[in-house]
Amino acid sequence: MSPEKLLFARTHEWVRLDVDDRGAKVATVGITAFALEALTDLVYIELPRPGRKLKAGEPFGEIESVKAVSDLYSPVDGEVVAVHEGLADELETLTSDPYGQGWMVKIKVSDEAALPRLMDYREYQKQCAEEQH
Amino acid sequence: MTDNPARTPLYEWHAAHGGRLVDFAGWAMPVQYTSIVAEHQATRTACGLFDISHMGRLRFDGAGAERFLDALVTRRVAGQQPGRIRYALVTNDRGGILDDVLVYHLRDQAGQSYFVMVVNAGNRLKILDWLAPRLAAAHDVVCQDVTRHWAMLAVQGPRALDLAQPLVDDVELCSMKYYSGAETGIAGHGGVVSRTGYTGEDGCELMLGAAAVAGIWQRLVDAGAVPAGLGCRDTLRLEAAMPLYGHELSEDIDPFQAGLEFAVDLDGRQFPGRDALAALQSRADRPRRVGLHLGGKRVPRQGFAVTAGNGEVGQVTSGTFSPTLQTPIAMAYVEPAFAGPGTELAVDIRGQPEPARVVPLPFYRRRQPHEGS
Repeated sequence: MSPEKLLFARTHEWVRLDVDDRGAKVATVGITAFALEALTDLVYIELPRPGRKLKAGEPFGEIESVKAVSDLYSPVDGEVVAVHEGLADELETLTSDPYGQGWMVKIKVSDEAALPRLMDYREYQKQCAEEQH
Repeated sequence: MTDNPARTPLYEWHAAHGGRLVDFAGWAMPVQYTSIVAEHQATRTACGLFDISHMGRLRFDGAGAERFLDALVTRRVAGQQPGRIRYALVTNDRGGILDDVLVYHLRDQAGQSYFVMVVNAGNRLKILDWLAPRLAAAHDVVCQDVTRHWAMLAVQGPRALDLAQPLVDDVELCSMKYYSGAETGIAGHGGVVSRTGYTGEDGCELMLGAAAVAGIWQRLVDAGAVPAGLGCRDTLRLEAAMPLYGHELSEDIDPFQAGLEFAVDLDGRQFPGRDALAALQSRADRPRRVGLHLGGKRVPRQGFAVTAGNGEVGQVTSGTFSPTLQTPIAMAYVEPAFAGPGTELAVDIRGQPEPARVVPLPFYRRRQPHEGS
């Protein structure tokens, strides 16, 4: 998946929006190559169980590197409907394919209020450039 | 970063070669260039190259230098032969640790004896303040803070001596004893080489003029040494169970708790904290430094509680995911009753208890193929 087609949160999660067969919006969520490059040396990830209800901006899990631990934040309001089982045992997937096989959770959107706050790729790249200084 | 972190003479090189610079004890230092784990493995299997110019370097000259230092640190300096280096502690009147230091006894080209004390970057100003009134009252000793004039490199790993030797003019590295040092030309520049390090690997450290260091660094890189940041310096020293000031060592920790009895020599000596240490020596009730192996993958970190059953019995002072052992490890201070190897404990990792077993230190010990002496 090319990042140009994704949306981004300030906290470096990416979002792919799809529509399920009942017409509900489902957000597939992962973290960006920029965030992974900053973390490096991943050792652990904790993801939620399906059914967990989340508010936009609420932590849904954590990712840990040799250096530090970081929370993962939900970019949308909704309910976790799928979790990438087995990701914890193949963390290298995150860096090899962050926007595809590196997905973490799928969240059925319950309220679209948070969606306009997400950035497109160009805007997100601008943010990253600023953070590097 | 603070407004103006100090820069080592290699700052430009670090910045130009992907070094991730952070403020460490007031210095802009690289945490890593590529990955902490890759740099760690390079040091364990070949050769890592570290800029440690941020470490404080204090030089003591004069006929009274030996006596002055002997009355200052926990280890005997009187009688320390030229060329020998000792690990020692500076303690306060309560026997708490103000800093852990290396004391070098060196001889210059003219045969004149002098001492160098290498102190932690974060403690340099504290130690200078602590020295000032003592120096004012002392005779025949001059102390210079040469931190900014000299740079310092650590070349560490099984290939370190082979890679460093072509640059060291006057000393055969492999015949130097561990914890010895000498003045030498370093590719034609005046400097000091020592068989010391903070990684648990064989290797050497070089002190040389700030202006000359960039060229020497580049030659070591060109020869195959892997630039390595403070991130892996921490994982390497942790596997080797070397204490780090601000983690395992502080003004509230005494040397016996820290397992540093070997660095305390009380017999017939006087130095600040000496009497307090004599009393602390027989205390068996203070928390002890231990090693912990954890299950799972989550990393214990400084300040996390160590528990037994429902009670807290200690605190983690350093933790990481050990790249060599492929398991989370930690050093912690725990109540003596829980300090025995094999004791089953837990570490509270953000509200979740992770099983932890007390293990003997160090976590990692290198094989010793060509030790001098």
